[in-house]
Amino acid sequence: MNKEYYGKLIFELSREGRSGAAIPDAGCPDAQIPAALARVHTPELPQADEPTVVRHYTNMSANNFGVDTGFYPLGSCTMKYNPKINEEMCSLPAMASLHPHAPAETTQGALEAYWTLQRALSEIGGMAEFTLNPFSGAHGELTGLMVIRAYHDSWGDHARTKVIVPDSAHGTNPASAAVAGLKVVEVKSLPDGTVDADALEAMLDDSVAAVMMTNPNTAGIFESNVARITDMVHRAGALMYYDGANLNPMLGIARPGDMGFDVMHINLHKTFSTPHGGGGPGSGPVGVRDGLEKFLPNPRVVKNSDGTFGITASGEALGSISATLGNFAVQLRALSYILSLGKEGLAEAGLLATLNANYIKESLRDLYKLPIDRVCKHEFVFDGLADKNSGVTTLDIAKRLLDYGFHAPTIYFPLLFHESLMIEPTETESKETLDCFIKAMRDIAREAAENPEVVKTAPHTTPVSRPDDTAAALNPTVTWKELKNSAG
Amino acid sequence: MSKTYFSKTHEYVTVDGDSAVIGISDFAQKALGNVVYVDMPEEGDEITAGEDFGAVESVKAASDLIAPVSGEVVETNEALVDNPRLVNDDCMANWIIKITLSDPSELDSLMDEDAYKAFCESEAAH
Amino acid sequence: MNHRYFPHTPADIAEMLERCGAATPGDLYADVPEQLRLAGEYDLPTSMTEKEVRDYFNRLASANRQLTCFAGGGFYHRYTPAAVPALMSRSEFLTSYTPYQPEISQGTLQYIFEYQSMMAELTGLDVSNASMYDGTTATAEAMMMAVAATRKRNTVLISGSVAPAVRNVAATYARYHGIDLQEIESDNGVTSLDDLKQKLSSGKVAGVILPQPNYFGIIEDLTGFADAIHQAGALMIMNCIASDLAVLRSPGEWGADIAAGDAQSLGMPLSYGGPYLGFLCCTKALIRKMPGRIVGATKDAGGNRTFVLTLQAREQHIRRDKATSNICSNQGLMALHTAIYLSLLGTEGLKEVCTAGANGAHYLADKLTRTGKMRLKYPDRPFLNEFAMSCDFDVDCMLKVCTAHDILGGIKLDNHSILIAVTEMQTIEELDRLAEIVATSNFA
Repeated sequence: MNKEYYGKLIFELSREGRSGAAIPDAGCPDAQIPAALARVHTPELPQADEPTVVRHYTNMSANNFGVDTGFYPLGSCTMKYNPKINEEMCSLPAMASLHPHAPAETTQGALEAYWTLQRALSEIGGMAEFTLNPFSGAHGELTGLMVIRAYHDSWGDHARTKVIVPDSAHGTNPASAAVAGLKVVEVKSLPDGTVDADALEAMLDDSVAAVMMTNPNTAGIFESNVARITDMVHRAGALMYYDGANLNPMLGIARPGDMGFDVMHINLHKTFSTPHGGGGPGSGPVGVRDGLEKFLPNPRVVKNSDGTFGITASGEALGSISATLGNFAVQLRALSYILSLGKEGLAEAGLLATLNANYIKESLRDLYKLPIDRVCKHEFVFDGLADKNSGVTTLDIAKRLLDYGFHAPTIYFPLLFHESLMIEPTETESKETLDCFIKAMRDIAREAAENPEVVKTAPHTTPVSRPDDTAAALNPTVTWKELKNSAG
Repeated sequence: MSKTYFSKTHEYVTVDGDSAVIGISDFAQKALGNVVYVDMPEEGDEITAGEDFGAVESVKAASDLIAPVSGEVVETNEALVDNPRLVNDDCMANWIIKITLSDPSELDSLMDEDAYKAFCESEAAH
Repeated sequence: MNHRYFPHTPADIAEMLERCGAATPGDLYADVPEQLRLAGEYDLPTSMTEKEVRDYFNRLASANRQLTCFAGGGFYHRYTPAAVPALMSRSEFLTSYTPYQPEISQGTLQYIFEYQSMMAELTGLDVSNASMYDGTTATAEAMMMAVAATRKRNTVLISGSVAPAVRNVAATYARYHGIDLQEIESDNGVTSLDDLKQKLSSGKVAGVILPQPNYFGIIEDLTGFADAIHQAGALMIMNCIASDLAVLRSPGEWGADIAAGDAQSLGMPLSYGGPYLGFLCCTKALIRKMPGRIVGATKDAGGNRTFVLTLQAREQHIRRDKATSNICSNQGLMALHTAIYLSLLGTEGLKEVCTAGANGAHYLADKLTRTGKMRLKYPDRPFLNEFAMSCDFDVDCMLKVCTAHDILGGIKLDNHSILIAVTEMQTIEELDRLAEIVATSNFA
């Protein structure tokens, strides 16, 4: 891309008098807005014709890396291929044009889709019921914790104000607990990355509302003693929450409900292949075991005895966490994916995701430090290079990978290790792709030993080089107007 | 005569009579890297030993400020609002808050400079 | 045959297993205790071909009915220029993750920066975040932000004329988060300044949430509100419909500190409830209390203008339980939608959208009034493209008759009042037809 011509902001391409859209007009007489209520200063939006806008955003897209452009081994993000049919199915005009307030008798197809996906997720999660309303995984966590509070409150147990999370947990877990008004307590992990069940047991008392876990955990290790943990937590009167971010490798193998979890969320944008869209929209359905359904948020979709579908609201529900039934178009993509894979394809996805992860791990363990030497599931963690003498950090390795045409793994997470490099290949990557990635990682390890500068100053071939994050945070410039003014 | 004490969470408190200033140690500012923001309490706030009273942020980390002693905030270092990197330049001169001590006996549980130095060395060895 | 999404041949699998020291992929699950394992397979259908998937969705689609839409309530049937979905469907945008690697994410970072700039312009405030889920949750986040920003204050007031869905979600968040959320009374369809002043006198109010336009479509006159709120040491939060800010006095111009709301009105498909986009803008003084992602401009090592995620130390992945919010995504793709839509329309185009809706709404309100069976519920209040009408008949009956004529007639407020919205999408014939149905039916 030629930066001089095309690297501008749309505001810099704006010219007085240009427009890129013609607005329909029914030709009704002019209505007046009282002057005191009307806008005083005209907002400075861009003025641009359609070709300019199209070329601008098309060129911008060329500065982006996506699953469709290359391998994206981002740990805990499950960057699998996003099938094209799903995009078409969610944009069918008869789905995309429905108003959320349209009467149920005119939206039977949409409601059937919602209900069918809800049932499919219940089957996959081993749960009684799901709500698809939460807008993201974090929103699902918040909703799930509200379900747990509503459950304890329902029999007058208001003393349970603590949530226990492992120190390896995703950052959203403690943040969601805090938003839900719960106090977070961390339980330590053992050296093998699994939860210290004895330490957990000692922390359980009648102030604990829930224990949040993900299984496999963020180090990609299956928590084999999960049944013991769920058991002791239940005996203490608390509930078990399953963070579904790492559900992918368990497809067809084991279900959170069968492991003893009471409440869970699923990230449709991870396990069920809806596109990440540069950060959203996601979808975080929440499932509950038998007996907790009544606390799920309003509105809910039900199948009536005559086979039709309806929308209900209940006074026992925790309240509502959205105006609508959630990110419906995302739900449709996930349904399309589940139908495309079917029960046998889903089971195969989990196995292949695990095979791909172990293959990379075993191919690089001689050059990268493997702090947990066990069979992993969908992902695993290196603690930087095995040879630390070069001073090349995980950040440097991540940046150098960009030069090789790969997205970087997740870095500096989990917090268990100083130089965490968390790799999740997913099942949709071929052996050839994995071999290319392995070769790149081996080349980088060699470069680190022979010519560390080239790694430490990477990337060299990307549209921009390493940005000055400190300057950005010291003096936040977050709009075109601020940028224009700061340039003087 | 003022005297400086340190906590295990790397805050220092320099005491002069009933009055004290609190900041973060050189060890802490080095570990954090370039400071981009200091979240401070307001004048009149009460701080309690062992509880957080603010945070220091770098680009990709944030560290809670844990009160080494209890007291009432009488002044905050306004210079840090515009130039948080002063903490990196000279962390001892650029304290974060000034307080009136409510319980000087709390100082007994803190480390003096030598003890803190030894503590940091043992931390770095890990 | 392998499934079409999986590249693995049997030879690949054999070779990979050998390196892993396993005989079958199942061997990699030896650490999953037998009693936890799924017995058999899922009770789900078997894999479908693409054509079968297509047939399945076409069947579902045909079970929906397409109605001429007069329903609003915060969500409006708007025209989406063809260039918007065409550009959004570019794989480089669609299949990318959060821009944590700025060197290969300048596309995403730049459109978010443009989005933030546009929303700051529309709201008349200094800064915007990278977007949130929807208008209800963005408003709830604004409520929590006000409590975090003012410290030691734990009461938030919300006007009774804010949309019920927004009030309900805010109430849910408030209840669990431990915020005392109180409702300000309405006076003839608008927020009562007297009741607001009285409630502010407690001295415990962190923030006040006011609508513009309000749930009944009324443009509220907020003269004197900002002064009263600021004198009480509270923050003024406005819940707005994004498109309407092209013509209405902006939150910044009213003196608000925070603006939050839904941007669906900026040409987003209704899509039965989502995805939409929640916007959140505020004054620069509050930027570090703002939840969610923020993109900022900086320079790269070569001195080139570069965009990055900034102020990340506020966020959940670093601050964990002390983060300003638990949100860890934004509505990335919908922020792209917004940037492209606003680039194409510009201020003039967006004004035309508002004007077309307002003109149609006033025309229709007049026509419906002339049937003699309906009249404006708040006749002395100004409105833009949505209005409440009192009816002599039962609203459920009217809506049923409308549905039979393939019309979504509005949103029921109570048995004898209804909320009706008009946008640029309805032709004059469709407006006349709704009035005609009201005139000629007896709704019994």
